Amino acid sequence: MFETVLVANRGEIARRVIRTVQRLGLRAVAVYSEADAGLPFVKEADEALPIGPAAPASSYRDAAALLEAARQAGADAVHPGYGFLAEDAGFAAQVVEAGLTWVGPDASAIRRMGDKISARSLVEAAGVPVSRGTNSPVADASAARAAADDIGYPVMVKASAGGGGMGMAVAGDAAAVEAEFARVQAFAERTFGDPAVLLERFFPRVRHVEVQILGLADGRVVALGERDCSVQRRNQKLAEESPSPAVDAQLRARMEQAAVRAGEAVGYRNAGTVECLLDTETGDFVFLEMNTRLQVEHPVTELVTGIDLVEAQLRIAAGEDVGFDPDAVQRRGHAVELRVNAEDPQRFLPGPGTITTWREPQGPGVRVDAGYAEGDTVTPFYDSLLAKLVVWGPDRGEALRRARSAVAGFAVAGPKCNLPFFAELLDLPEFVSGDYDTGIVGRMRG
Amino acid sequence: MAEEIRAEMVANVWKVVVAEGDAVSAGDTLVILESMKMEIPVLVETPGTVSALHVAEGDVVQEGDVLAVIE
Repeated sequence: MFETVLVANRGEIARRVIRTVQRLGLRAVAVYSEADAGLPFVKEADEALPIGPAAPASSYRDAAALLEAARQAGADAVHPGYGFLAEDAGFAAQVVEAGLTWVGPDASAIRRMGDKISARSLVEAAGVPVSRGTNSPVADASAARAAADDIGYPVMVKASAGGGGMGMAVAGDAAAVEAEFARVQAFAERTFGDPAVLLERFFPRVRHVEVQILGLADGRVVALGERDCSVQRRNQKLAEESPSPAVDAQLRARMEQAAVRAGEAVGYRNAGTVECLLDTETGDFVFLEMNTRLQVEHPVTELVTGIDLVEAQLRIAAGEDVGFDPDAVQRRGHAVELRVNAEDPQRFLPGPGTITTWREPQGPGVRVDAGYAEGDTVTPFYDSLLAKLVVWGPDRGEALRRARSAVAGFAVAGPKCNLPFFAELLDLPEFVSGDYDTGIVGRMRG
Repeated sequence: MAEEIRAEMVANVWKVVVAEGDAVSAGDTLVILESMKMEIPVLVETPGTVSALHVAEGDVVQEGDVLAVIE
């Protein structure tokens, strides 16, 4: 195992990685931007080095600054967390070239899964179901119509350069495809400077279900069950749970097998997540993408399996045994994660500020992964995640009951905060029934 | 009647999608703000003409700042 691990990230995930690094008896080195100097992850690390100004490009995304910090601190491994450079194949390669261990999959796996179109072809060849769609931009309205006729309706017309729900439209028939193609293309050209438009099958009622995989040091790929991430706003996750209320043992076995195949297709090593769309009507699922890093919502898997995924990542990166018997993983109970964000609970608009009150809930099965404490300032430079409230119970009903108490017992003042949204969600009959889909937040906010 | 479109939060102006003099209809995107890694499109509510545009890409706006005026 290594002696010193540089944590190339910030906020709650840096703090969470530091916790495991220290528990294993290793030294944790934090890096921080000028905006983050006083945050808990900086104070809790064994050593902390400033790496630049607030803008991510000059700090957390600055590969040279990170490598220099690793050299100064005498680190022998780099854990990237999620976001920033976690899925940057170039950075992964540079870390290795500098003689350090990259705590993640190798650069080639990151690269091959990073391009959505090539990833889809790759997993399809490995026998994983994929959704139908165009593999290259459609040239004009009549080509869009021909492609849509082939894919089947309804189709999603989307700007290749889009994201966060912008530059996307659903078309139910051929005439609508031609109209939406023209509209999306004009918007994409004007907004992103890139007119490329793709088409894909649109599923009106779908759940977002993903499978956690681990590629072990001995080359085997194992699956650790699924997470349901269907509670989303603007295509970004707000709450996750494991197991998924929509997945029975048979479907789980099929999804895990597909996820393992996707990982094997790229010789995957370390932690990764295979994201799928699940059609709730038919029980069919299709590959969406693979995230080649630790996922934000990894704690729900940890609470139901008892496995520390960061420890598993470190052990695999060090070429060691994973620390548990991969053939005898037991899943127990139910876990739910709520992303406590600095955003308003109605329209989800972000609002930074100084935290004047911060009181975390306690109780059986309650875990809080927080990036901030009272007195800290939440700045506009980074994402709005304040903390992840993760709650375990022996069954889903008890997990939700405990989650309700935990939300009520979580006091945050200063920045905007979406905790009231979770109080509402946890009482919503649709959510409580378990029979919901990715449209749930849209229906709540109609 | 003139309608002032204001910023609802502290943000960077990521994209300005319209120009002064453009005719706009309800639902069109005027500008896209960026705050906390979130891109937030600011939409036209009532149709009209962009009579004034007070921001440029890269500007930082405070909550309540006027972004544009639609007549």
